[in-house]
Order: sequence, then C-alpha cells, then structure tokens
Amino acid sequence: MSRIRTTASAATVAAVLAACLGCGGGSPGGGAGTSADADGATPMEMWIFGELHGVLYEQMADRWNELHPDRAIDLRLTVYPYQDMHNKLQLAANSGAGMPDLADIEVTKFANFVRGDDPPLMDLSAAAEPYREDVVEARLDLYSRGDAVYGYPTHVGAFVTFYNTELLEEAGIDYSTIVTWDDFAAAGAEYHAATGRAFGTANTDVFFVEPLVIAQHGGELFAEDGTVQVDSPEVVRSFEMMQDMVETGAIAPIPGSSPDDEEAYGSIARGDFAAIVYPAWYTSRFVDYMPDLAGKVAIAPAPVVAGSDTLTIGGGGTGTAVAAGSPVRDLAAEWLAFAKLSPEANVAVWEVLGFDPVNMAVWEDEEVTRDPDNQFNQYFTTNLFDVLNQVKDGIEHFESFGSPDLPAVNSRFGTVTLTEIYESGVPAREALEQAQRELKNELRQG
Amino acid sequence: MPALARRLLYSQKLAPYLFVLPFVATLALFWIIPVARSIVMSTQEVMYGQTTSVGMDNYARLWNDGVFWTAMSNSARYMVLSLLLLIPIPMLLAAVVNSRIGSPRVKAFFKASMFVPALTSVVVAGLVFRLMFSESESAVMNQVVQVFGIGPVRWLREDLTGLAALLALAVWRWTGVNTMYFIAGMQSIPGEYYEAASLDGANRRQQFLRITVPNLRPTIVYVTTISVYGGLAMFLESFMLYGGNASPNNQGLTVVGYLYRKGVEQNDLGFASAVGIVLLVAVTAINLTQLTLAGTFRKENVR
Repeated sequence: MSRIRTTASAATVAAVLAACLGCGGGSPGGGAGTSADADGATPMEMWIFGELHGVLYEQMADRWNELHPDRAIDLRLTVYPYQDMHNKLQLAANSGAGMPDLADIEVTKFANFVRGDDPPLMDLSAAAEPYREDVVEARLDLYSRGDAVYGYPTHVGAFVTFYNTELLEEAGIDYSTIVTWDDFAAAGAEYHAATGRAFGTANTDVFFVEPLVIAQHGGELFAEDGTVQVDSPEVVRSFEMMQDMVETGAIAPIPGSSPDDEEAYGSIARGDFAAIVYPAWYTSRFVDYMPDLAGKVAIAPAPVVAGSDTLTIGGGGTGTAVAAGSPVRDLAAEWLAFAKLSPEANVAVWEVLGFDPVNMAVWEDEEVTRDPDNQFNQYFTTNLFDVLNQVKDGIEHFESFGSPDLPAVNSRFGTVTLTEIYESGVPAREALEQAQRELKNELRQG
Repeated sequence: MPALARRLLYSQKLAPYLFVLPFVATLALFWIIPVARSIVMSTQEVMYGQTTSVGMDNYARLWNDGVFWTAMSNSARYMVLSLLLLIPIPMLLAAVVNSRIGSPRVKAFFKASMFVPALTSVVVAGLVFRLMFSESESAVMNQVVQVFGIGPVRWLREDLTGLAALLALAVWRWTGVNTMYFIAGMQSIPGEYYEAASLDGANRRQQFLRITVPNLRPTIVYVTTISVYGGLAMFLESFMLYGGNASPNNQGLTVVGYLYRKGVEQNDLGFASAVGIVLLVAVTAINLTQLTLAGTFRKENVR
C-alpha cells in the first residue's frame, strides 16, 4: 500500500462526502436560491403536472415582467407526471430539502400538504387580498385551513355534460330534453338498446361524478364531526342510482378507467361513448386530444337529481402553492396571486386552457366569452358560458373536498369501491359499508 | 509502511476483524441502521419532521386493514407461482443446453438470447407488456387469443388474467438468469457420475432425476431463497404493468406497492414503516424455514 494511493483514496472519500453533504444541505427548502440572474430577474423553480398549465404560467410570467421590470422573475418550470410530482413533493416536504419555490397540487392530494402544525406551504392570504372580492370564495376555501389560504385555485370546475351530437342524432335522441338523472338514464338505456354502444361513462379510478350526485342528494362524505361517513343514506342512494344505470347499459366502464386518460380519449373519439359528464375543464381535453370531434360536441348542464337545489359542484382542481421555506416566497406569492387571481389571468385561464375561471366577472364579459376566434368556441357547438351562467346560482361547494381525510377516501374509492360497484356487481350498500369499516380503521376513527 | 499499520495488519487477533470491517461497516450503515430506524418509526406518527409516539397503533391498524391483506395475498401467490414456474422450467432448459446433443453454436445463441431480457429495464419491459396486454381488440395478446376464438379479454381488469400477465413478465425476464444458475450448477457435477450411471443402464430421464437434480441442491436452495425474496418484494413490474400503483380492486397491489402508497403517496411514513417491518419478518421467516428444511444449516452437508 503506497502512501500516494492512500492519499488519493482519502481525497476521493472526502470528495464523495463533500458531494453528499452538498446535496443534503444547501438552502433549506430553497429551490432556485436567492441569487438573481445576470439580467436581474429572480429565478423561481416551479413544479407542475399538467403541461397545459405551463403555457399559462409562462404567459403570466412574461406579462408580470412587462408590468414590473424592477421585480422581474425567471420562471423555471418542470413538468412531471401527476403521481410522480406529488410523490416527489411529498418526499421533499418530509425531508425538508429540495422543495421547489412553487408547485401545483391537485385537490385530492392537497390535504396531505397542510396537515400538522407546521405545514410546508406558505399562507397566501395576504397576497390574495386585492383580488379576493371577485373570486369564487368556495374555491379558495378548498385550499384554506382556518384563516390561512395555502393555495390558489385554477378553475371552478363546474360539472357539465359533453354530448356527441352526431351520435345522438343518429339514435334520435335530443340532448336538450335531458335535465334530470332519470332523463339521462332513460336516454342512455334507449341509446344502448338502439346502438349496442354505451351512452355515458362509469369511471372506476376517478371519484368525480359520484360526489356530484351525492351533493345533489344533499349528502357529504364526512359526518358533522369530520369523521368519515360513506355509508349514509344519501351516499347509498347515489351509488344505487349509478349502479342501476350500469345495469341498464346507460353508463359503462370506460377504457383507461376515466375519461381523462389516453385510452379514453381514443375511445371517445371513436364514438364508443356519447355523453361525458365531467368538470368544465374537460373542454381542453376535447380540443387537444380529440380534434376529430370538432363541431360535433355540445356542452349542456350536468344532469340533476329531481328537486335538488344543487345543480352542480366544482369538480377536481389544482391549488398552486408557495413553499414555506422558499427564500423568494414573498415575491413568489405576489406573482402567483397575479398569475392566478387577477382578471387578466382569469381571461387567460379561459383562452389558453379552456377552463371556467374562478373570477366570475369573466363569465359575463361577452367580449371574452363569445370571441369567435377562440379555439374552444370554434370546437363546441354550444357556448360553455351559456351553460355556466345558466347553472351559476346552483353551484354549491362540496365540503368534503376540503376534508383532511379526503386523500384516504379518494384512494379507497378510486382503487376498490368504484370497481366493485361498477365492474364486479357488488351491491352498492355492501361495497360502501365495507369501505366505511376499512376507512374508519385506516383513519384511526374506529 | 509505518510500523503501526504493519503491526495491526499482521496481528493475529486484529487482522480478521480488520478484514471484515468494510463488510460490517457497510451492513451497519445501509442495513442495520435503516432497519432499526424503521422499527422506531413504525411506532410513530411522522408529520413533516415532527414525530409523535403512537405505540403499536400502526400495527393494529395494519392488522385490521383489508387492503394490507389483499396486498399480502397478492404478493404471496405471485411468489409461490413464480417459484413453481421459475425453477422447473429453467432447470429443464439448462439440462437441454448442458446436454451433449445439438450444435454448440445454436446452444450458445440460445443461451445468449435467453439472457437478454434480464438486461432490459423493467420499466421498458413493463410498458411493452402493458401495451401487449391492453384491453383493446388490436392488442397483441388479444389477437393471439382470438385465433383460438376467445376474447377480446380485458387482461388487466380481471384478477386472474392480470396475474397471468404479471407471471408472463416474470417468466420472460427471469428464465434466462435462472437457467444460467442451473447451467453453472450442472457444470460442476462430475461427468463420471453420468458415465457410471449409463454403464449401469440408467436412461436420460433417470440420470436427470437421480443425478442432476440431487446434485443441484445448493443451486436450487440459492435460487429459491432469492426468488422468495424477489417474489414478495416485487413492485416495479406491477407498477409498470398497471401504469401506476393503482389497479382495479387492488389486484396488482403488492406489499411493497402498499408500503409505497402509504408512505410516499399518502404521507403516512410511520404506517409504511410498519408494513416494511412486517414484510421483513415474513421474508426472513419463510427463508429461514426453507433453508432449515433444505439442510443448509446442518454442520455436515452430506450428499
């Protein structure tokens, strides 16, 4: 063993150690750090899971830099797949290192990030103040705990129905006569009998449509005291209604397990399904992934439960948050409020993404909503905002979406319960009682 | 070399310890300490750096959790079935390759091509299998079964067909590796045994069963041990095949998948640690039983 070699290996070990310390340390929770770019812009790291959202953020960053050249930002977007991004963010939050400055967090995952006394997200209520009056409060509530707002909403996500008019005409069905779920079920059964194809979709891994029905029945997923309650009469009735529709062929499981999936886009574009009940943001999926259906799809209100005041609810959602440990958090929060809540941003949310913006003033601005050059207006045979304004007063807040235990319930339904009810034919009541027992145990409420 | 180092290295007492030190240190750093920490964590609720002790609560919830038992039975049946497939088939293939019949060139090509799947990434293989077993009519496997007048089958939506897809992936991937182990084992069996047997009039089948298989025991024990672990710890194959950690009715959920879901996706690291500890105990128990029965721990290994 020569001395030189010993020294060399010691140096290697030291280098490796230093590298490890380097990756573990650094600015705690800091993404891009404070050092400004050569042109004076503050770099900001942002993680998102939907590529489309990035277009909006980049546009809003450019606009911000035009308006505030002295406080310019350099937005560095990273797009990860949905699950990956949330997992990475979770690990970063838990380990206290490697958090980006900003991140999009999906609503069913959001609760995981605001638990405990010391959540890894920053309270954004101050930065939201200038815009608060125009924004649908219920959507902010979704991402709030107590008085603190931890995320800014992207859209309302009101449920609507997308009908393939070409297919319906062939089958002699007039979609404008469909108002209640009973109408929907009858039309679906008729369509199925006539064509052999499915009318609506039964989604087995995304728990969206059922909460709408539950809300219309006046139910919730949690009891008053916040404990899980997924076997209440309202929930059971809702699922029995859906299960009946599967039996008559009015709705059927969709390839890819939900309409928002690549396999599903293909099958909807092929005409395997004629009616999709989904949140308004699904417009963007039609335009981007099903271009062949342009001019054939009509938007109409979602079916309702007869006699219910709740016409629709907000479904899905993305809360954008700022990391509590970010060194540029104040500037990030200010930009984010501008990028998500300002009137300008909300016009862009519609024009770029095709979503129903949270700033309701935009809904009434006909110059925006009726713009003939808009790609969404060109694609659909009816105007989204006609439908939205029609149900506007009946958009209720589904409180369960804000529950800290939503991720567990969502995961249970998305993996087991929906499949049992729609595919395995387990009676709805039985499947829900089973889910209730296991969720109680899982959530330490048993 | 300094006198001190020389004295240490040549010391009869210290040298052995010095030589095993790298291994012991690695084991401690990457195994014992993490396992010990997991045991501690499995009795805690972990929340963004804050921990609260909850005693055996995580284990109690685990015991009562239906999904855990689903995951456990999925892993167990995958493990058992993969043992049943991945020991006999490679052993027969190895016997064929190792026999004197056939052209060596063809056999060399066969050996190489059997081994290629092990070199591909599970991620790529899983994606390809996912497409092959897709439920659409035009998917490869559906076209195959349609020749026999069956289908289209919704492979990844039904429990047993999903399991079949997973096993197909496992067989495709691991047959080559196990065949290599068995070939190596067979080549260490002295040729005289076979010569003597054929002089005594034993046919090929008798030779395989009476000479090859008994003499392969160390290899079989080794392959079984790693396959038990591999089967129970399987995660990535199912993750890729089902395009994520969620599968209909949790039919593709394995114990490790469940651990990942709890710890990483649902932020319940204490509970996930409990899952990990239970898996560790299960694998150790099965393998210790198996090794004891196979006689590995007997002092004298009599053949």
